[in-house]
Amino acid sequence: MSTTEQLIKNLVKSHGKSRNSLMPVLQGVVQEERMLSEEAMLKIAEALDLSSAEVYGTASFYTFLDTIPRGKNIVRICKTITCHMKGKDEIINALEKELNIKVGETTSDKKFTLLSANCLGWCHKGPVMLVNDDVYPDLTVDKALDVIHEYARKTK
Amino acid sequence: METKNLKKVDIIFECEHCDPIKVLDRTVKRKADDIILDIIDSGLKGRGGAGFPTGLKWKFTKNESATPKYVICNADEGEPGTFKDREILDQVPEKVFAGMAICGHSIGAHEGFIYLRGEYNFLLKTLNEKIDKFNKHLKDIGVDFVIKIKSGSGAYICGEESALFESMEGKRGEPRNKPPYPTVSGYNYKPTVINNVETLVYTTMICDLGPEKFKSLGTSDSRGSKVFSVSGDTPIAGIYELELGMPLKTFVDEFGDGDTKAVQVGGASGHCIPRKLLEDTVIGFEGIPTGGSMMIFNSTRSMYNVLHDYLEFFTEESCGQCTPCRVGCQQLLKGIEAVKKGDKKPDYLEDMKKLAVNMKLSAKCGLGQSVANPFTTIVDNFREEIIY
Repeated sequence: MSTTEQLIKNLVKSHGKSRNSLMPVLQGVVQEERMLSEEAMLKIAEALDLSSAEVYGTASFYTFLDTIPRGKNIVRICKTITCHMKGKDEIINALEKELNIKVGETTSDKKFTLLSANCLGWCHKGPVMLVNDDVYPDLTVDKALDVIHEYARKTK
Repeated sequence: METKNLKKVDIIFECEHCDPIKVLDRTVKRKADDIILDIIDSGLKGRGGAGFPTGLKWKFTKNESATPKYVICNADEGEPGTFKDREILDQVPEKVFAGMAICGHSIGAHEGFIYLRGEYNFLLKTLNEKIDKFNKHLKDIGVDFVIKIKSGSGAYICGEESALFESMEGKRGEPRNKPPYPTVSGYNYKPTVINNVETLVYTTMICDLGPEKFKSLGTSDSRGSKVFSVSGDTPIAGIYELELGMPLKTFVDEFGDGDTKAVQVGGASGHCIPRKLLEDTVIGFEGIPTGGSMMIFNSTRSMYNVLHDYLEFFTEESCGQCTPCRVGCQQLLKGIEAVKKGDKKPDYLEDMKKLAVNMKLSAKCGLGQSVANPFTTIVDNFREEIIY
């Protein structure tokens, strides 16, 4: 049994074998593997007794359920107007330069994917970014770079 | 029209006098009908933006015979410029849980869910711990009700109640046709009360303070207070609980930076109010209703950029299910770009306004229907900035 298969088995066991468990199962796989591979979606379909088209249909709808390979750390910078007004472009430019990728891309060492996001709900403390589930409000260029360096150091 | 000056209120975040657990213990001993009557009597309307009377929602759901029934707390706070629900769930989650349990007791539901947007996953650990403790307390006092959390995955549209149910059922977040409304057919097609985070806190507080106290705030059309998320060009961005029914001018005098050009009331899907109309605009259900998002723009800001940002947002977040919204959003975005570049003549804006009205009439849900709000108010009031 592959690790993905084992992961799905465990997730289905804890969330239950029903259609209503699909989201938490998909989320659980993304949490571990940062994406939903074709293999994962087929196995989920099998485990929940759904058609694979249904699983892909749901997965492909949600921004956070990636179906293409992503880095170990996903950086999402809020691009909505108030963060824009507070200088999110400088943050994006600095991170693009530091990671040597453009928004939407993944570093060659697979450590980081850089993405932009719609309102993250921190408009009074912009600019803001999420790294995986963790939030970093009141960003400056230096602060953003420090955060990235810290994740780079922690990520094997 | 009855208006008052800006008055700060402290009901939502106040913790010294209100212990939500005690309010719960007291309230579940009361008869369901009496509780619902109090909520109706208070005049509380939904704080997520749509403003449906909360007590009626509870009553309609209670009156349904189908079971099981559900209570859902809508914490899919995705409207640009809104961040109050995150703060509420972070600071006073027990007031939200108590509101859910009181609702469950009132309508006869035994299960409640908090649908938390994926962007707020960092709250999950603490929330789950607090929910476990709360669920245990419910068990101890003999209330047959359990709260669970469901996470979103980054889709604005799932804040629309029927899309939220679809998402909870493991489907694409595509809104359903209405009617039937959630009170009849919601989560799992069963009778469901779905309330915004803030609304649920007010229900707890109305049970604590009584409907009279709540009614004494605000105006006849907009009872009570409301939590506002203030951002943009303001020296004091943040979260403020204010009495409803204030003139926008009073708000700007308090929060603006002295150079306010416009306020976007109600987020990307709300209305843009220019300086000349501040005096005549009231914040509340009798004027401009809002989920609490107040984005302030000063004279250095390009309203073309603001509108472009909103349209890009809607284009990305449209679920794509119905044509008016899917195609309409794209065409409005392309259209203002074409006018700006000179590829289209300025009067093309008139055609686009017709398209926006069309979307208001024909889109399936609130997302597509509300694009006309920012579009029309920004184009009408800042036409020159859109063209040149």
